[in-house]
Amino acid sequence: MVSFELTPEQQLLQETARRFAQNEMAPVAQQYDERGEFALKVYQKAFATGLLNDIIPEKYGGAGLTTFESTLIAEELASGCAGMTTTTLGNGLATIPLLIAGTEQQRERFLTLLTSKLTFASFDLTEPGAGSDAASMSTTATRKGNGYVLQGEKSFITNGGVASFHVVFATLDKSKRSKGVTAFIVPSDTPGLIPGKDESKMGHRASNTTSVRYENVEIPASLRLGEEGQGFKLAMQTLDRARSSVAAIGVGVARAALHHSAQYALERTTFGQPIAQHQGIQFMIAQMARDVEAARLLTWHAAWMVDQGMNASKESACAKLFATDTAMRAATDAVQIFGGNGYMREYPVEKLMRDAKLLQIYEGTNQIQHIVIARHVLDAAT
Amino acid sequence: MKILVTIKRTPHRDARMRVAADGKSLETGDIAFEINPFDEIAVEEALRIKEAGKAQEVVAVTVGLEVAREQLLAALAMGADRGILVNSGGAAEKQELDSLQIAKTLSAVIQSEQPGLVIMGKLATDDENWQIAPMVAELLGWPQATFASKLELSEDGKTAQVTREVDAGLEEVELTLPALVTVDLRINEPRYASLPGIMKAKRKPLDVIEIEDLGGLADLGGIGQSCVRTVSYRALPAKEKGILVDSAAALAAALKERKLV
Amino acid sequence: MTTADVLIIVGPTPSSPRKIDRAAIGFGRKATDCISGELDLLLLGPAAETASSQFAHLGARKIYTIGHADLANYTAEAYTHAVCDFTSERNYRFLGGSASSATRDYFPRVAARLGIPMASEVLEIDQLTADQAQLVRAVFVGNLLATLSISGPQILATCRASAFEVPAEEVATESPVEVVTISHALALAGKQFLSLTEQTSDRPDLTEAEIIVSGGRGTRGAEGFQLLEQLADQLGAAIGCTRAVVDSGWMPNDLQVGQTGKVVAPKLYFAVAISGAIQHMAGMRSSKTVVAINKDPDAPIFEIADLGLVADMLEAVPQLTEALKG
Ligand SMILES: Cc1cc2nc3c(=O)[nH]c(=O)nc-3n(C[C@H](O)[C@H](O)[C@H](O)COP(=O)(O)OP(=O)(O)OC[C@H]3O[C@@H](n4cnc5c(N)ncnc54)[C@H](O)[C@@H]3O)c2cc1C
Ligand SMILES: Cc1cc2nc3c(=O)[nH]c(=O)nc-3n(C[C@H](O)[C@H](O)[C@H](O)COP(=O)(O)OP(=O)(O)OC[C@H]3O[C@@H](n4cnc5c(N)ncnc54)[C@H](O)[C@@H]3O)c2cc1C
Repeated sequence: MVSFELTPEQQLLQETARRFAQNEMAPVAQQYDERGEFALKVYQKAFATGLLNDIIPEKYGGAGLTTFESTLIAEELASGCAGMTTTTLGNGLATIPLLIAGTEQQRERFLTLLTSKLTFASFDLTEPGAGSDAASMSTTATRKGNGYVLQGEKSFITNGGVASFHVVFATLDKSKRSKGVTAFIVPSDTPGLIPGKDESKMGHRASNTTSVRYENVEIPASLRLGEEGQGFKLAMQTLDRARSSVAAIGVGVARAALHHSAQYALERTTFGQPIAQHQGIQFMIAQMARDVEAARLLTWHAAWMVDQGMNASKESACAKLFATDTAMRAATDAVQIFGGNGYMREYPVEKLMRDAKLLQIYEGTNQIQHIVIARHVLDAAT
Repeated sequence: MKILVTIKRTPHRDARMRVAADGKSLETGDIAFEINPFDEIAVEEALRIKEAGKAQEVVAVTVGLEVAREQLLAALAMGADRGILVNSGGAAEKQELDSLQIAKTLSAVIQSEQPGLVIMGKLATDDENWQIAPMVAELLGWPQATFASKLELSEDGKTAQVTREVDAGLEEVELTLPALVTVDLRINEPRYASLPGIMKAKRKPLDVIEIEDLGGLADLGGIGQSCVRTVSYRALPAKEKGILVDSAAALAAALKERKLV
Repeated sequence: MTTADVLIIVGPTPSSPRKIDRAAIGFGRKATDCISGELDLLLLGPAAETASSQFAHLGARKIYTIGHADLANYTAEAYTHAVCDFTSERNYRFLGGSASSATRDYFPRVAARLGIPMASEVLEIDQLTADQAQLVRAVFVGNLLATLSISGPQILATCRASAFEVPAEEVATESPVEVVTISHALALAGKQFLSLTEQTSDRPDLTEAEIIVSGGRGTRGAEGFQLLEQLADQLGAAIGCTRAVVDSGWMPNDLQVGQTGKVVAPKLYFAVAISGAIQHMAGMRSSKTVVAINKDPDAPIFEIADLGLVADMLEAVPQLTEALKG
């Protein structure tokens, strides 16, 4: 049986997130964006409402949401401010590898830390020389006594400057490519871990993005996450799971673009009638609505598959690709519908356009999503 | 002490209600519902009293349709301990249950629950009747303090000092418990139902009682015997479009011309 | 069997009739017109007896006063008790009053004690017969009008003062006054009145004023309200405000207009730097003329404004005050 009906609890989750987005995020989104300021006050409240740690199991103080439920939250939050939602996503990215590969001790320590007080965490994979091709990373891990020494630099790390701990990927043997990659948990007060300055970004300006240098960072073996050489797989599994959240952010941004467009089109008149009466405008609005619907269905389906324990690699890639492209197109069209006003900071849609762009880049660029999808299709055909 | 709060499922505070074609009912198809905003404030106040260690249990009660379970769930998610749904089978919506009957029903629940304090919203934002809470207090023979902007329980938990927002200013009264208080907007800012709270809520007890089984209505002739029925709705007559002037001087001139000043 | 008579209840009684009291009498007259009955007046509270002469030319058949010691300080419980004791032997068809924070507090108790149906904040009486009434009232934040059908031999109703005509001329014949004494206690032991902190001001009362100058969040507090006060001084107007203003602590709660504040209907209402949320409009939309000043041309307040000015209030209000002086 297929059902798209949300349970009463799921409706409540959605409503809490919707109200939070409307009351706490949207009214201040522009102000944080303009200043490029980390929205600490909003995150404090989001934390108290459990929005920062939605997928952490109840056992560790979280809400224990399924991946599907988590997409409901992400869509709502993103309709208020995509940048702030990215901060929550950063915590999610650090949580997932702990859920997949963490020991009970590691989970107890780090997941409980995330739920006991406002705490941020980061997922350090990308490097200046290794983005799409993450396996070519050059951050190294060297065994030393009963532990490891990390050396290298990560870039564009969400929450890099505010995290209390980092989940970092480093290679034990570069020649082994992906097979050499191993994951570690590094508390940010570990000597030698040095975040760079908060980057000045095009969009998502309420989130924190920094480089993170690892200079002879010594950590005990108990902080290795998963087995040696299993890190690359762990990173990919993490991204597979998180992709539906990025897709949901795309749906939220597209929905906001649609909402603003419809409102404005009814108010603005040209040639003696509201622009909503012009078919050229109607078609743009109809396309946005169509794509929002389709993107949401892809997102829900991919998330549902993850929850069923199925391999959702292709479906997650489809959802991420389509939903974030939808966000970009919808935001661009919204700016078009607003005309000159749309290009002005005073109106909300130019921010959507800047915010949408990142969604096509991070967590695997949309080109990489094409590659993933194609590989699945072609593998199945051979 | 136990605190009982009442909850009503109402259309969202900003919903634009439309009259259905029959002129007798409202279009509710695409309307979102919520806890009456004032009732949400009542829940928050009860939770704060409990968190201050002055109450042990917060029970949320609604008289309404089965779907009002959603609003009870929201109260449980905020932190209430237990919910009671008095299933009216839609009688109120069918104009078969009026304020006094609902007040009787609630007082029957209160008599069996024996709370030390009942906290209600000062007003339901849908019908704006302003009636049920004082009716309940009267039926129970309890003292009341309506429109509270501050509520403080004494150390021994026997009395409550309440500041009321009244037309003339602020009034202070003292109530000996058991008592009933209705809350105004400024008493607190209700919390969001937290995500972990929502997940916990589904495991909290929620009892459903059929309204006929309560007995409170017997002396009012039971369901279908309501004395007050809404027989029709209509939209407000449209207001004529005003004019925009382009300066303060022009505004002053227009006011003088219309002999308004 | 009830009679065809109407009782209008005023209490706590002010030293002389306010607009809302006169409106209550207008409401009562409307009811008596429907059922060809007589109108009596019940005045409650310490000022009832001395004030009764001030109510004597409003057309009541008779004025009753109750000045019991337990009514000295208002409590819903004692006022309820007094009204019910008074009405229990007198079979009025219709018990009425004006909506206020007091009647919102004790009238429902009266209805419950008497076991009779109640209608709150009535705008129109469509019909009133011996056992049936059709009354119109606003619901859903004032967006819709509902017609209620109320059955039974006796009903209790409050009216919106803004909706009923205040009897214009004085009636020549003087209503006789009867002082009613109740010898038993009226107070409820569990309720203690402690204090009333009244906001005093030289300005007219919000619900009395012909002109109201109201400010919203866009006034940014003292800075803007000072300008509004100058305008109000110039016009002899009352000051009002939105919830946002009260919540910010810029103005006291008794000046809030709206669904949860006061419902007003002056001849002239200035809405300055007020967006026009439905909850605010619920309290002022029956004003005869609404003037809106807002810097946002899309603010919803312009939808109900008769005269609108898109401008920064910090500039426009002093200019207006100046222009009105000439
Ligand atoms: C604001 C922000 C936050 C971020 N947060 C994080 C974080 O928290 N953690 C983290 O690890 N990383 C993070 N990233 C990094 C992000 O995931 C990478 O930027 C992304 O994976 C792309 O890598 P790159 O920038 O090195 O681009 P490159 O890999 O250099 O790609 C450049 C271009 O080439 C295309 N391309 C690459 N390979 C192919 C191919 N085979 N076929 C076709 N086209 C190809 C890409 O699609 C892209 O268009 C963040 C980035 C930003 C901007
Ligand atoms: C259950 C409930 C009950 C409520 N009851 C009431 C009630 O009784 N009364 C009430 O008022 N509200 C009530 N509210 C609140 C209501 O929803 C609005 O939030 C409130 O009325 C907004 O007040 P505002 O117009 O002052 O502020 P805003 O909505 O913030 O509007 C400020 C306006 O000022 C304008 N402005 C800013 N600067 C300037 C300037 N320099 N010059 C000119 N214009 C400027 C802006 O364009 C804007 O339109 C209630 C809400 C709820 C949920």
